[in-house]
Amino acid sequence: MLDDFLVRAGLAAVGLSLATGPLGAFVVWRRMAYFGDATAHAAILGVALALATDLPIGLGTLVVALAMAVTVAGLSARGWAMDTTLGVLAHSALAFGLVAVSYFPKVRTDLSAFLFGDILAVSRADLGLVWLGSLAVVGLLVWRWQALLTATLSEDLAHAAGLKPDRERLVLVIALAVVVAVALKVVGALLIAAMLIIPAATARRLARTPEAMALGAVALGAIAGLGGLALSLWQDTPTGPSIVVVAALLFALCALRRQR
Amino acid sequence: MSLIAADHICVRFDGAEVLHDVSLQIAPGEIVTILGPNGSGKSTLLRALLGILPVAEGRILRQAGVRIGYVPQRLMIDRTMPITVRRFLSLPIRVNDVAATEALARVGMAGHGKNQMTALSGGQLQRVLLARALLGDPQVLMLDEPTQGLDQPGEAAFYRLIEEVRRDTGAAILMVSHDLHVVMAASDRVICLNGHICCEGTPRVVSSAPEYRALFGLGTQGALALYRHEHDHEHRAEDGSAHHHHHDHDTAHEHDNA
Repeated sequence: MLDDFLVRAGLAAVGLSLATGPLGAFVVWRRMAYFGDATAHAAILGVALALATDLPIGLGTLVVALAMAVTVAGLSARGWAMDTTLGVLAHSALAFGLVAVSYFPKVRTDLSAFLFGDILAVSRADLGLVWLGSLAVVGLLVWRWQALLTATLSEDLAHAAGLKPDRERLVLVIALAVVVAVALKVVGALLIAAMLIIPAATARRLARTPEAMALGAVALGAIAGLGGLALSLWQDTPTGPSIVVVAALLFALCALRRQR
Repeated sequence: MSLIAADHICVRFDGAEVLHDVSLQIAPGEIVTILGPNGSGKSTLLRALLGILPVAEGRILRQAGVRIGYVPQRLMIDRTMPITVRRFLSLPIRVNDVAATEALARVGMAGHGKNQMTALSGGQLQRVLLARALLGDPQVLMLDEPTQGLDQPGEAAFYRLIEEVRRDTGAAILMVSHDLHVVMAASDRVICLNGHICCEGTPRVVSSAPEYRALFGLGTQGALALYRHEHDHEHRAEDGSAHHHHHDHDTAHEHDNA
């Protein structure tokens, strides 16, 4: 069954949405959209690093994404003007990454795979990594769920309850870096943030509790993944963007239905 | 034996000293109000006691295992987060439905469990925050300007609720406030703060202290006299001692100054 590239692609999309659902909910609640962008864009720099050092792409991406995420989290803790700082970091990381990658001619021809993903080329090993990374993120979020929610609602309430908001923020930062590393192959660096934000924002309109929103985001992400795959086959369009298109259409549908 | 105490603490932000050499102790069952103008470090003191802010000097002492309930000044729940009142009560410790229902009933919010937190009015939100704090069965309840944004009847009702909580649970109450009159009536002890402790004592002692007048001016005296009066009235009902009862604020004012 896993021999079929379509089955692998479908499973990769569903696997990724397990992590992007709940993590995306936190990205929306904590207004970390730009943060997600900065981390995701750093992934391209990670690709260059991996190629230069002969490391696996996934590992290079993970390391650089983690470095970026920790840097941004550190700056925000010191009270930098986050909107500007993130804007600088997000776009610089992308630009540096693109320039660095251009030194590797082999990749140069294949750059769009890193920018927009190449889900149809997901190997068994890639698929394993996507699921492993996603399940690790899900496990981490479930383990810290109550503390994360409390710290997200109010750092003071969390402090007063003996929790450490800084530690919970670090949990999200690590989760984000892992998701970026595994999502690169599926939707590409430019659209990872979209997969975090759009399904969660759509689920917001349907949910009454945080848990319902997170689960809704998982379901909507999976539907978008499979729907985008179908759209891509049917219309011969690039798969990563097609997935985001379906996610965006679902969002529009919910927004319109709600307005009536 | 105090439940929680500050021992000569100083708190600094970026080198600027916000609190200087502040000491206070909270004993079981007492209602203590920290009173001060804006920027006097009231919230800072509360947050230092809670361990949210580090102290530069001095120590925060807590009785081992003391349970503290905290009602923040306000809670801005981002509209992007859907959360019901019932779900909120289970953060960060999950509570069962019986306990949640009971806590909501106690604060006068029975039947609101299914409401969205973002749909609550200011007064309702304060009550829910109080209910959540009470679920931890606190020995000390800390409230940071809990009636900010409430109208006067709402404010009075909230303070009555606090007194009920003290009566029913025996919890000590530490409250931060800048609204003078109602607080005066409800407190056993008032601490007047302006970066340091200016004066402290019973509401009557504090309101006639020169430091207090310097801080708040004489313009508030009418209101203070009025409310202190109500306080006296309650006490007389309790201990039965006969004490002349003035209905005229100005007379009371002069009497108290004498």
